[in-house]
Amino acid sequence: MADLSTSVGGIKSPNPFWLASAPPTDKEYNVVRAFKAGWGGVVWKTLGEAGPPVVNVSSRYGAVHIGEQRIFGLNNIELITDRPLEVNLREIKQVKKDWPDRAMVVSLMVPCEEDAWIKILKEVEDTECDGIELNFGCPHGMSERGMGAAVGQVPEYVEMVTRWCKSHTNMPVLVKLTPNVTSILGPAQAAKSGGGDGVSLINTVNSITSIDLDLMAPTPTVDGKGSHGGYCGPAVKPMALHMCAEIARNAGTAGLPMSAIGGISNWRDAAEFIALGAGTTQVCTAVMHYGFKIVEDMIDGLSDWMDQKGYAKISDFQGMAVPNITDWQNLNMNYEIVAEIEQTKCVKCGLCHIVCEDTSHQAISAEKIKGERRYEVIDKECVGCNLCMHVCPENCITMRKVDNGKDYMNWTQDPRNPFSNAAE
Amino acid sequence: MGKSMAETRDVAAGRCTAPALAEAFADLHAPLTEQQAYNESSRCFYCHDAPCLEACPTGIDIPGFIRRIATGNATGAGRTILDSNIMGATCARVCPVEELCEEVCVRNTGDHKPVTIAQLQRFATDALFDANMQPYARAAETGKKVAIVGAGPAGLACAHRLARYGHDVVVYEARAKAGGLNEYGLAAYKMPDNIAQREIDFILSVGGITIETGKALGKELSLDQLTSDHDAVFLGLGLSAVNALGLDGENVDAVEDAVDYISDLRQAVDLSAVAVGRRVVVIGGGNTAIDAAVQAKRLGAEDVTLVYRRGPEQMGATDFEQDLAQTNGVIIRHWAMPVAIKGENGSAVEMTFEATQLDGNGRLEGTGARFTLMADQVFKAIGQAFDAAPLGGGAAPEVSDGRIVVDENGKTSVNGVYAGGDCVAGQDLTVSAVEDGKVAAEAIHLELSGQNSNKGVS
Repeated sequence: MADLSTSVGGIKSPNPFWLASAPPTDKEYNVVRAFKAGWGGVVWKTLGEAGPPVVNVSSRYGAVHIGEQRIFGLNNIELITDRPLEVNLREIKQVKKDWPDRAMVVSLMVPCEEDAWIKILKEVEDTECDGIELNFGCPHGMSERGMGAAVGQVPEYVEMVTRWCKSHTNMPVLVKLTPNVTSILGPAQAAKSGGGDGVSLINTVNSITSIDLDLMAPTPTVDGKGSHGGYCGPAVKPMALHMCAEIARNAGTAGLPMSAIGGISNWRDAAEFIALGAGTTQVCTAVMHYGFKIVEDMIDGLSDWMDQKGYAKISDFQGMAVPNITDWQNLNMNYEIVAEIEQTKCVKCGLCHIVCEDTSHQAISAEKIKGERRYEVIDKECVGCNLCMHVCPENCITMRKVDNGKDYMNWTQDPRNPFSNAAE
Repeated sequence: MGKSMAETRDVAAGRCTAPALAEAFADLHAPLTEQQAYNESSRCFYCHDAPCLEACPTGIDIPGFIRRIATGNATGAGRTILDSNIMGATCARVCPVEELCEEVCVRNTGDHKPVTIAQLQRFATDALFDANMQPYARAAETGKKVAIVGAGPAGLACAHRLARYGHDVVVYEARAKAGGLNEYGLAAYKMPDNIAQREIDFILSVGGITIETGKALGKELSLDQLTSDHDAVFLGLGLSAVNALGLDGENVDAVEDAVDYISDLRQAVDLSAVAVGRRVVVIGGGNTAIDAAVQAKRLGAEDVTLVYRRGPEQMGATDFEQDLAQTNGVIIRHWAMPVAIKGENGSAVEMTFEATQLDGNGRLEGTGARFTLMADQVFKAIGQAFDAAPLGGGAAPEVSDGRIVVDENGKTSVNGVYAGGDCVAGQDLTVSAVEDGKVAAEAIHLELSGQNSNKGVS
């Protein structure tokens, strides 16, 4: 069994699987159940300052279902914890005491005033938790009160608050980033400049799940009205991977510890983020869909895969994919692949043909030979786009490399590029 | 065999309690729930040039209607079905899909389980009916009059399409109700909740169709009169004659035609009043034989034995129907033919069968080995035949091999007279009859409207 222990920004964890700051980590009862199930750590649902009440509405989640697959994406309009601060603090302290080997990170969100942060930092320190996460990401409700994404979208605020925290506590500080920005690099750089020990990303994406065509209102609907919420779940994973990759390969932010979030549902998803440099991963939607037990598969799935690959510990493959993420102009123009249909597995649905014919390169012929349908790739028309492979419901199309004898040549070297180095 | 004593027939009604009967004759397949229909529709690959569509005699755009179910457009799905097959609701319940669309579904290959197209078709057509939608508008009246003889699937399909084109249609029907085999000839558990009449009501609701029941060709009507009174005539006569066993004793009251029994059962208001024998023998291998056997069993017959002269592969009944009979406790005896019937009116009959085999030339022959079965009720289901006599003499359409001869448009040898359904050659299926009626309607419309016709309504 591979060693799954890991750390991020100085926070140690027995495995890279944490629960993200969200409803599953709102109270002792849930968190203890999670730890019993095997989760390596939690980020406690965001605490706010004592006093002003946080009140949630009824009807809080919207979801996108695809076919029989429920919750491809989930959207919420919940706020930070609506439980009294002192109750949360007491429970956090107790759980940390009972589960010393697990990572206990506390998410915080208070107004952009230094005194407010000083006050809460002292209270949180008393819990002996392992670190804090600054919630600069929440896209609804709290942002309208000048917190959450309202801070995270302004790099100067991110840096300022991060610096306050670092100067008033010794606890490791993770800065949770909102994806609702044009480039993630600004806020990431600000978190680093402010002295943050790492970043957590992505928070939820601004979204409206759907419009109820009878009510003529967005879902989730609260008495006929709705508001945008934060989107998460498998649907957002590609965006999260991109943002993590940007931080990992940007000179100014490379190496900044990352706790990855965004649609992570299984060990493979987690491994992908670790391959982009993440130290830990955070899960919410998948447990809100299936319960805490999924961590069992995450643990042994990751371990078995690492064993098979010969990775003894997380750091053996952490960040390994980063050098292979590059700009389009560096891709090899001479790399050539064509589709190949495994005829014995083909069920003759014809989707490869019709999508290529209607929407791409007319590179798959449709014939009837003695009444039998047959679909064939026309090699010379195939541009190797992969579309047929993706639509094939039986997974019987592979892309075959064509040995064209040509050397590597990227766009900057390509004579077809008027601005290429090779051009006159 | 000892000397035969005339044993009184044990034929009685009410062998089962009313609740048991209600359950036994309820829907054979429960309708899909909305969630089930959505899940099942998601299994469809939306094939290009789909094999299922090709296998459907009426050419329903199956991937098209299934996708509509998946998007929550169930009424659109229903309309897509009815565009090609106005009796899509009945066909969803009775089509032998395991030999048509579902047989060729590509999901048989990977999953070994086709998309349940018939169930989805039922879901969609039910949705359309439940919504009380009328998807079709009648074209402006043309003033042309078409007579249709026979209000079965072929006749009604033809009538609907002609009515949509604006022609005036009169459908003459010999029986008391329209519907043909949909109303009189299918097992009750396949057509519950009066679906045949609901479907007819829907068909008639487009307007322009009059149904006159109690009018039979050769009796109240003559073909000559119809052709002179109308611009065109369509014959959807069905098969009104029943094949006989050709045995002495066939005329005793214990021996009945299965089609008559099925028809009476379908028309029965109270199933607990329908009499059934204690011991029932059914002779035949088609779906009619199965319908009679299974319904007899469900009415409470103790022993039901279906005897067929060849093997399971040669049976006209589909595998599904054969399984249904067996799981309902019907004993199927293959390779045996009736050779003698002993009994009298009011008595049970002793049926003697001889085992059969194929001779060197593949012809059926008796082996000489015999067995007997005592029966309180015997159902003959050895096929029906077309009765050409009502067509009259003189200018009657040509008949060959016992069916009316038609070209690819359903046109008979007589000008202006078309025919379709079971009375012409082809598969004796509801779905084929609907297609015949549809094709003939297009041809009739073309003929009536001359060169400047509409290309089609769908």
